[in-house]
Amino acid sequence: MSRRYDSRTTIFSPEGRLYQVEYAQEAISQAGTAIGILSTEGVVLACEKKFTSKLLDNDGSAEKLYILNDNMICAVAGMTADAGILINNVRVQAQQYLKTYNEQIPCELLIKRICDVKQGYTQHGGLRPFGVSFLYAGYDDRYEFQLFTSNPSGNYSGWKATSIGANNSAAQTLLKKDYKDDLSLKDACNLAIKVLSKTMDASSLNSDKLEFATLSLSKLEKGKTVRKIWKDEEIDLLIKESGVLDEKKDDDE
Amino acid sequence: MDIILGIRVQEGTIIAASKAATRGISILKDTDDKTRILNTHNLVAFTGESGDTVHFTEYIQANIQLHTMRENDLELSPSAVASFVRNQLATSLRSRKPYQVNVLLAGYDVKTNTPTLNWIDYLGTQTELPYGAHGYAAFYCSSLLDRHYRTDMNIDEGLKLLDDCLEELERRMPIDFKGCYIKVVDKDGVRDITK
Repeated sequence: MSRRYDSRTTIFSPEGRLYQVEYAQEAISQAGTAIGILSTEGVVLACEKKFTSKLLDNDGSAEKLYILNDNMICAVAGMTADAGILINNVRVQAQQYLKTYNEQIPCELLIKRICDVKQGYTQHGGLRPFGVSFLYAGYDDRYEFQLFTSNPSGNYSGWKATSIGANNSAAQTLLKKDYKDDLSLKDACNLAIKVLSKTMDASSLNSDKLEFATLSLSKLEKGKTVRKIWKDEEIDLLIKESGVLDEKKDDDE
Repeated sequence: MDIILGIRVQEGTIIAASKAATRGISILKDTDDKTRILNTHNLVAFTGESGDTVHFTEYIQANIQLHTMRENDLELSPSAVASFVRNQLATSLRSRKPYQVNVLLAGYDVKTNTPTLNWIDYLGTQTELPYGAHGYAAFYCSSLLDRHYRTDMNIDEGLKLLDDCLEELERRMPIDFKGCYIKVVDKDGVRDITK
């Protein structure tokens, strides 16, 4: 019975559900995990790379982390190709706002605009919804550091720490347990590594399977932010310093 | 022949705008208010082609208020408002029939606690100034303001300087502009202090 309503994004089923939107959300919960943590000094975004191969030619650029504008970065879970379209759109919107008002767009406003696009595809006929959830890390002078998520339905919400993608409920439980309000950026990075090490299937944790980014305030220029997508060596060093590998070894013994 | 004048002082920005509405050689009205409130801390005063002026500023006012409503009462800062107005005028200038409107924007930035005065003409020239005027007021008052303006003035001293400017205008201008509305924008918002 429900099959009849499966193929249409814009039609409610008799139970009042939109199957295509739910399927898109389901697709995301199989994608690589991405987690975000807010700290007093900035925001951390960390993602799991699902597809790794020795033969894959890595040009060093991140595949799931994107810079949106001077004050925002985001992580993607789901179909990266769909994300590309939305990110392109967001970047244009951010620059357009900057051009008319000569001010950076407030984080929530930019997110609202992406979500309007996402929502549109759940209502206007014939198309499938965007198969992506985002984690946004942002800074603006009104609310300072912020962390948001958005999903294919076009809903968004603000968080102190959250995760999207595979195993997100396990990750959230761990975050709920270990999150504190007075975390430093370094603590937040370590927490992110710790949570990922426990939620990822892979036995050994290294930079091949991880992407890492931080958003913090510049020490040189007041009110300016630093958006850093980490290099492989830096990620490996962080993993080593956080000591999660040692814990793993203990567990195995 | 309209007069608009603005002076920025320590705690706020003062705006004076003439009350006369003229057409050709006649005065139609002596209670014409050439200002509009954009949001709680931004006031615009305008001169130019009659018809264009009111139409343009009310369009700006509607857009600024729409922004406030959409963004959960987050109000645009004076510099954002100035950029928006400049952008609109610059776009209009490159259209078939440009708006012939010059404006002064008095604002108070609640984030940084600083008063601002923005001068924008119909060509889209925008500058942040300590004092400024459009039209004839600029010819008669610039020298007075250059001589007597100080950066550490308070509202009362600013108003006294404004009175001197208006006296000069009354004395030297060949046309009766029917006095001025005087408004102040400070941390508490916009208020009318016309005597």
